Parts: sequence; structure tokens; C-alpha cells
Amino acid sequence: MTIDVVGVTKRFKTFAALDNVSLTIRTGELVALLGPSGSGKTTLLRIIAGLEWPDSGEVRFDGEDALSRSVRERNVGFVFQHYALFRHMNVFENVAFGLRVRRGADKLPEAAIRAKVNELLHLVQIDWLAERYPAQLSGGQRQRVALARALAISPKVLLLDEPFGALDAKVRKELRRWLRHLHEELPVTSVLVTHDQEEALELADRVVVMGHGKIEQVGSPGEVYDNPATAFVHDFIGETIALPGEVKGGALYLGGRPLGLDPQGVADGPARILARPHDVDLADPSSTAISGKVLSVRTFGPTRRADVELAGSSGPVVVEAAVPHGQDLAPGTQVGLKPRRYKVFAA
Amino acid sequence: MAVAAAFRASDAEASPDYKPSMSASSSRLTFRQPSVIPGFGLTLGLTLTWLGLIVLLPLSALFIKTSELSLERFIAIVTATRTLHALQVSFGLAFGAALINMVFGAIVVWVLVRYDFPGKKIVDALIDIPFALPTAVAGIALTSLYAENGWVGSLLAPLGIQVSFTPLGILVALLFIGLPFVVRTVQPVLADLDQELEDAAASLGATRTQALVRVVLPSVWPALLTGFALAFARAVGEYGSVIFIAGNLPGVSEIAPLLIVIRLEEFRYADATAIATVMLVASFVLLLIINRLQRWAELRGSKHG
Repeated sequence: MTIDVVGVTKRFKTFAALDNVSLTIRTGELVALLGPSGSGKTTLLRIIAGLEWPDSGEVRFDGEDALSRSVRERNVGFVFQHYALFRHMNVFENVAFGLRVRRGADKLPEAAIRAKVNELLHLVQIDWLAERYPAQLSGGQRQRVALARALAISPKVLLLDEPFGALDAKVRKELRRWLRHLHEELPVTSVLVTHDQEEALELADRVVVMGHGKIEQVGSPGEVYDNPATAFVHDFIGETIALPGEVKGGALYLGGRPLGLDPQGVADGPARILARPHDVDLADPSSTAISGKVLSVRTFGPTRRADVELAGSSGPVVVEAAVPHGQDLAPGTQVGLKPRRYKVFAA
Repeated sequence: MAVAAAFRASDAEASPDYKPSMSASSSRLTFRQPSVIPGFGLTLGLTLTWLGLIVLLPLSALFIKTSELSLERFIAIVTATRTLHALQVSFGLAFGAALINMVFGAIVVWVLVRYDFPGKKIVDALIDIPFALPTAVAGIALTSLYAENGWVGSLLAPLGIQVSFTPLGILVALLFIGLPFVVRTVQPVLADLDQELEDAAASLGATRTQALVRVVLPSVWPALLTGFALAFARAVGEYGSVIFIAGNLPGVSEIAPLLIVIRLEEFRYADATAIATVMLVASFVLLLIINRLQRWAELRGSKHG
């Protein structure tokens, strides 16, 4: 099912949770809404689900207006961040809930309900837990129950709100792959909300980066990482070295010294030069315009990072540079930095 | 007994695979568990001493006094028509009032927890008034309200409904004093209930009624039962507010506590204690049943099927 979000605005008192947001999600896609907390991603998800209504704008499912339908009538599977399992029902009854509340012509006979629930429990690989109560399950198991329960109503849209947020790192990775696999098996369009960039980049077909109630960029995981459209996206996704520079007469300056770097079409005025740490080489201080003193060197796992203090336009700036293997850097030495790839944005 | 039950329950919560096993408990003849919280012996000792001093001592005095009666005399007293009727009025109306309070208390709680409206704090505070008001004051106020020339009574009189000086009046008084018990026990439970549960039910296609009946009600059910039990217990023993509004007609609107006082005033102490004993035992049995029922609802809601 295609989901069209057109010009959606939502305010909570004076706080604009969503500011004129438009987005199209194609049939069968797995889209991740990625952003820091307060960016409006969960609000957007809840509006798509029908748990929240926008102040203005439209939501269309397959071209049909969805806002006139309540959450009950939208037939969307929603997986809540804290699962929202019914604690007085066992796993089987939790999953069966969506089938048992049906009335009239849609009502299924008991045998059909049992068959469907067992099939779902098998699909999410927890058949052996059918008689347990939510309180007796681990986080990962609850997550699977929540998913099976959402899938019981055969939704065309599956919405997941921070589905792995409450799980430990190892279980999270495992479930992530499994969810991706499940999404491919089912005829479903999935939207996932997360603040974990790794999760979004690994899982999603397309990533929607949100900040301050606006969509900053929509693109494939590769695009948003390699070609961030805004400084916000660059900062938020992946590690970033940021230098406060200045564009004057079509050239980039740092602390008054010309850098010999391309300003990438940014107009005159203050600018920010952003680069990934692994795209910045260490060089001889005399061979580059960017140089400074090494404050400290840290090693974690395979990576080594050096804090380098540079002279900026308004006082010293400390940046974190990648130190290649086999190169020794003592604190106190002067070192030069040469960015191979970088982005310049107006500040 | 209650302590042992509580122990078993907390034990069961600690391990999901808990099964009561006789061999384990008989090999360790004590139920004292190794614990990170010290002072179990001391606090349990204090608890039992306090309970004995404050609750059990007066109660046992009651039983000892009653035991001075011969069995035939005892049976004669408690099966006298007037006694039976008084007990029937007390327990029947207390049960009815607790039931009504449970329903309307639940609605009051729903409004207080789920909605915001101006004056909410004041409404919330008003709920506690029956706790604090001297019951005699409540009784007099209700009587004058519901008397045939009172504000409410004068409206009901043309309809042929008489409240003051009838069993209906007793019910009104018991409703008044019982409400806060239901509200104050259910309120925190409903406030803690995650509204996402209702969102989840709705997203799965449940109507509002289905969500309430299948999701919300089972979650607050144990608390509702507790509130019911408290309101009932309070209503059974209520004296002050009832005697003003009841009319106290023997065989019609005479409550058991009043009958006890009447017997005491007649210096028929044995009669008074016999009726008191019956009330005590009946209340204890009923509360025990409600307690079991509540425990069952709670367990169903947490771990064990």
C-alpha cells in the first residue's frame, strides 16, 4: 500500500511537532524515520496509524483519504515501543485479540482463530511460549509477541515505534536481521521509527532523516551517509569533524588563513566544513593549511582517535581525527590535517 | 496465616518456574529465607505483637464473653427474628451499597484520572470528605436533606419515594461513607495503567467498549474488588450516620450495630456480644472470600494461569 503524507502540521500547544511534512512511502518498502528525540518522528508514525490527528494536511492510503478513518478502521499493525502487551492474557490470547474482537461477517470461527494464531506464533518462532504470560517473557520474546499480535489482523501497513529500543545490543542485532527477513516474506509496507542510525541504515530501503519537526533528507542508506543534504544530517548520521570556517570571495578560510579547499558553492559568510574522521588524513604540518597540536590519543578496539586543537576564527577548536594503524602520535606534537572528502554548509 | 500467604506470593513472583514443592519446604523446616533485607525476625515480632495487642486482644475478649453463654442460649439470641432481621439489613444493605459504590466509584475514578477539567483538584479533595466528616454530622445532614420537607426529599415525596427513616435511607448513608474507599484504591491503579494498552486494542480493531471490557477492566479488577471489600467492611460496621436517617424501626430499618447498642443499654451484655460475634465471623468470612477472589484476579493478571 502506498502511503502519502501531504503537508502535515501538528502542534502541541506552542511546540511544533511536525511542520508541513510531506512524504511518500511506496508499496512493499521498509522506511525508517530517523531522528533525535523531539524530531517529530513518533508523532508522524502515530498520525499515519490514526492514533493522533494532524492540525492540517492529508494522509492517504493508496490514494484514499485515511484521516476520515479511525485507527480501528485503518487496519494497520502497530508495534509499540514498550510492546503494550495485555498482561492478563497469555501469549496466545494476546495474538488472538485482534481476531476475537471482530464482529458480524468478519468474525472467524474458533478453529480458524486457533489456526491463524498458531501460524503466526510459528512465524515469529515462539510457538512454545503460547501459554506463558507477558511477565514471564524476556524482552526479545515480548517483542516477537507484539509483532505477531500486530500481524494477526493481516495489515497492509506495519508501523513500528522504536521496536528494539528496550533490548540489549546483541538481541537487537539479531531481531533486526530477522525483522528485515520477515518484511520481505510478508506483503506489507513497513515504517519504522528509530533514533539509532545504525539500525536505520542497516534495515531500511529508504531513510527519512527528521529534525525539529521537518524532514531533512529522504534517501537510501548510502545516500544519506555519503551525501548528506544538510549539516544536520551530516552531524546526526555517522561521526563528523566540524570546523567553523568562513567563505570570502569564493574561497574558504579558517581563522583568517586560506584553506585552499572548494567552498562547494556556499555564498560568502560563515560556513561549516564537515568531514568524516576516516576521510581526513594526517599530514605534515607544513604541507596543509589546517594544523594543530595533539592533545591526547585514544584507542578503542580497532580505531584510534586523536584530539587535535586547531586555531579557529573565534578561539581554539578541538576536532577528533582518525589515526591510521602503525602511526605513532605523541601528545604535544604538531600535526596537519588534510580532508579527502568534505562538505561545506552555510552556518 | 496472612504472613505465610504473602511470603508464598512474593516467592512465586521471584522465580517464574516456581512450583510449590513439599520436599523443599520440609527439608528446611523454617520459612525464613536468606534475604538482603535484614531485620525480618525483629519486624515480624513487632508486627505480631502489635496485631495481638491492638486487634486480637479485644476480639478474643469478645469471644470469651460470648463463651459464657450456653449454646442453646446463643442460638436463641442470634436466631431471634429481630436479630436476624437486623443482620439481614446490615449485611444486605452494606453489600448493595458497596456494589453501587464500586460501579459509580469506578466512573468517578475514570473521570478524575483520564480527563482534565477546571476544578479537578477540588473535586478530588471532595472525595475524601466522607473520610473526615464525623459520621453523626453526615447522618444529620443526610436526614435533613432526604426528609419529606428536605431539599431532595421534597422532590422525591411526590413520586412516592420516601428515603429518610426507611432502609433506602440506610443505603444512602452507606453510599456516602463508602465512596472514598473505592475511589482511593482504584485511582492509583488506573493512573498507572498505560494508555498505550487502549491504543493497542484500538489498532487491533477493538471498539471502545471492547477495549474497556477486555483490557481496562481486567487490569483494574483486583483494585475494584479491594475497594469493594473496604467499602463493604466500613458499611457493615457503620453506626453514626445510619442511626439518624434509618428511623430504627425494629424488623424494618434497624441495623445490627444499633441492636448491639440497644442490648448494651438494657444491660443484656451476653446478647450484645453474641450478635457481635456473629457479625464478626460473618464479616471475616465474607472478607476472606473477597480477598481470595481478588488474589485470584491478581494472579490471573500477572503470571500464573
